[in-house]
Amino acid sequence: MENLAMGNYGVYVWSCFGLTLAVVLFSDWRARLRQRRVYRDIEVRIKALEER
Amino acid sequence: MWKLFHQLASPPHFYRLAAVISPWLAVPGIALIAYGVYAGLFLAPMDYQQGDAFRIIYVHVPSAYLSMMAYMIMAISGGIGLIWRIKLSHAVAAAAAPLGAAFTFLALVTGSIWGRPMWGTWWEWGDPRLTSELILLFLYFGYMALRGAIDDTAKADKASAVLALVGVVNVVIVHFSVEWWSSLHQGQTLMKKGGPAMDPAMLYPLLAMILGFTFLFGSLLLRRVRTEVLFRERRTKWVREMILSPEGS
Repeated sequence: MENLAMGNYGVYVWSCFGLTLAVVLFSDWRARLRQRRVYRDIEVRIKALEER
Repeated sequence: MWKLFHQLASPPHFYRLAAVISPWLAVPGIALIAYGVYAGLFLAPMDYQQGDAFRIIYVHVPSAYLSMMAYMIMAISGGIGLIWRIKLSHAVAAAAAPLGAAFTFLALVTGSIWGRPMWGTWWEWGDPRLTSELILLFLYFGYMALRGAIDDTAKADKASAVLALVGVVNVVIVHFSVEWWSSLHQGQTLMKKGGPAMDPAMLYPLLAMILGFTFLFGSLLLRRVRTEVLFRERRTKWVREMILSPEGS
């Protein structure tokens, strides 16, 4: 518990680490989401063209 | 050599190669970060002046370093695209911008949180390191806004590459600001003359974090470049064949 308190700086230290984790996970999620969307849009367009 | 370079810059070749390399960068990146977080938070000794607040260095420094590195990647790729007209390099520049902005935001916020207990203030407008880093964030926003405002991809590539190249001046200012002007921000820690001014028990987790962040950044960048390449090449034969093949991407 003493380790987690970080000598009364816990709120500063943990908020920085938490925020970093959140931003990295958000960047990863955004990259995956855009990749899926772009791929799906192209797939739909190409398959529609093929069916004509 | 030139032939290999051209082969690597070919969109279909790069698209497939990046899919293979990206996870191989993510795995060591995550492992190094896991070690760096544990050692930085629980094994490294407390700083005699800053106490445990110094541990913010383990996320602040890698973020600040990547904020500048991403910008240099963006500017150099844009420059290569302008000079040699390599399409892939514009895709790299476009993909680096959101990541660079994310790490610049992190560097600013973690720096501000660190500054509150150490300097007694969240922000100091007169400090050259802080303000030049904020300008770097605005440069990223400007770059992305400029790209978004121009529908023609070729024109957007050229205009944004010029903006990125002009903005390199600010990266130089960010890096040397603590040496050129008196600043609240501390001086160079790692790139100091005579070697890093840190105890090895504090230094090794920091180096692991910097390397881990770099690997992770590389993995994220490759994934974003793949998407950018796919979008730009959406009307080409190789994309059509890949989509229609049973294996897909």
